[in-house]
Amino acid sequence: MNAATAEAIPAEPRAIVEVEDVSKVYPGGTEALNHVSLDFPEGQLTTLLGPSGCGKTTLLKIIAGLIPATGGEVRVDGKVVTGPGPERAFVFQDFALMPWANVLRNVAFGLELRGVARSEREAVAESYIGQVGLKGFEKAYPHELSGGMRQRVGLARALTVNAKVLLMDEPFSAVDEQTRRKFQEDLLELVARERKTFLFVTHSIEEAVYVSDRIVLLSRRPSRVSQIVEPDIPRGDDPEAIRRDPAYIDTVEEIWQGLKKYLDEGV
Amino acid sequence: MVIGKIRVPLFCSLIIWAALWEVVGRSGASFIIPPLSAVFARIVEIVPTATFAEALWITGKAFLLGNAIAIAVGVPLGVIMGRSIIADRVFLPWVNLFLSAPLTALVPVIMVIFGLGETTIVMTVVLFAVWIIVLDARAGVRGISPSLVEMAQVFGANPWQAFGKIYIYAALPEILSGIRLGMIRAVKGVVIGQLLVSIIGFGRLFELYSSRFLMEHFWALLFVLFAFAFTLNEVLAWLERKVDYYAAARH
Ligand SMILES: Nc1ncnc2c1ncn2[C@@H]1O[C@H](COP(=O)(O)OP(=O)(O)OP(=O)(O)O)[C@@H](O)[C@H]1O
Ligand SMILES: [Mg+2]
Repeated sequence: MNAATAEAIPAEPRAIVEVEDVSKVYPGGTEALNHVSLDFPEGQLTTLLGPSGCGKTTLLKIIAGLIPATGGEVRVDGKVVTGPGPERAFVFQDFALMPWANVLRNVAFGLELRGVARSEREAVAESYIGQVGLKGFEKAYPHELSGGMRQRVGLARALTVNAKVLLMDEPFSAVDEQTRRKFQEDLLELVARERKTFLFVTHSIEEAVYVSDRIVLLSRRPSRVSQIVEPDIPRGDDPEAIRRDPAYIDTVEEIWQGLKKYLDEGV
Repeated sequence: MVIGKIRVPLFCSLIIWAALWEVVGRSGASFIIPPLSAVFARIVEIVPTATFAEALWITGKAFLLGNAIAIAVGVPLGVIMGRSIIADRVFLPWVNLFLSAPLTALVPVIMVIFGLGETTIVMTVVLFAVWIIVLDARAGVRGISPSLVEMAQVFGANPWQAFGKIYIYAALPEILSGIRLGMIRAVKGVVIGQLLVSIIGFGRLFELYSSRFLMEHFWALLFVLFAFAFTLNEVLAWLERKVDYYAAARH
């Protein structure tokens, strides 16, 4: 349909994740991705936004090395992805915590798998548990925590392994609206503090505009990149001011117009 | 617990049946049914004897060893079947076949292969217990949330780690219930095996008592076995309930 706008990307930050001509056809014939090419600049938060079922999760999982692409290749830090790797961590929509393990063990799990000594990995985990605001809950079990707290555990676990790239698939969709806003602010802080690259999937245009350095709009399945938006919004002020900022509102509107045509076409 | 409500009527009906038994036994209607009081007196008499202790030792050994083998084989096989479509296709028909087959008919075959000894008893226990363990472990693994599996992969778990740190635990409620059901079947297995071999353990005692028409002894032994099976079931069910809390929180 529409040609992918191969937009001239500002040259400054290097692309740490390169998606080149990636296609994905699921067994059974569902064509999820159609020759997607995309770069993710280092140290930035890039959001994938698009109609439901357009292949956002599919793209994220291909980058994570969880499923193979049927065509094209993904390079992370210059290396071709053939499977999961220590330079990538994932935050799951449904948290994916081990119900039989307490918060401390869940957060330290990535390091446990790498064979890091117990005292060492628990010290690292404890510091990240503190950073996500869960101090005092180290010994709690997932079923004793609220949805928002569970996702903080998932986030801490991803941070603990010190990966360069954090992949987040709708991490805030299972938490209530207040928690979600708090999360968004915390995420901005996190992006500023940790010099990491974030790949973020969301359904919410507002959320995308609020947290992203770059927003990649995907078309309906089979997906292509339809547009790349770089919100130019003054950060660091108080969150309410940002949400009232004309640039913020304009960007939301622009994206909405871009996505609306897929809705109009119907399913 | 609700047991306060249930146990009382259960207990009452047991007393009524026991009284009935006693009356019939005392009336001498049939030599097969001795008075219940006499049976209990026999239990007290038999249990401390060396013959009983030896039979118990042999039976217990075969039972535990058979269960250990059934678990050691059944759980990994079930996990593999739950994870691999190919393994599932290869093994599932057999597992289902053996699960519903009249296994007693196979014991003579085992006897031919392993002889009239303890090995046969152990293998009979395995034969009775293993299938339900496999099937439940498989069901447990298939019930694991896919994101937990992906989590293990993303954070770099090798197959052993995924097995030992994720699959086993995630499937634990089902695995335990499989083990419990397996053990109940194993009780059948050990008794049937010994009855058919009938030269070792309780089988020998049963053979001895019935051939000499020692019905009080015979019943006494049966009661002990019933009590054992019942207690075993209760203990395992209690264990299972202890891990239930996360079966609900899994999805
Ligand atoms: N394992 C699979 N097998 C077959 N088809 C699949 C599989 N996973 C996803 N699909 C299909 O591929 C398409 C893209 O799915 P995907 O989950 O990537 O979409 P998404 O953009 O993440 O959607 P959502 O916004 O609803 O999360 C969908 O049509 C989906 O039905
Ligand atoms: Mg998705």
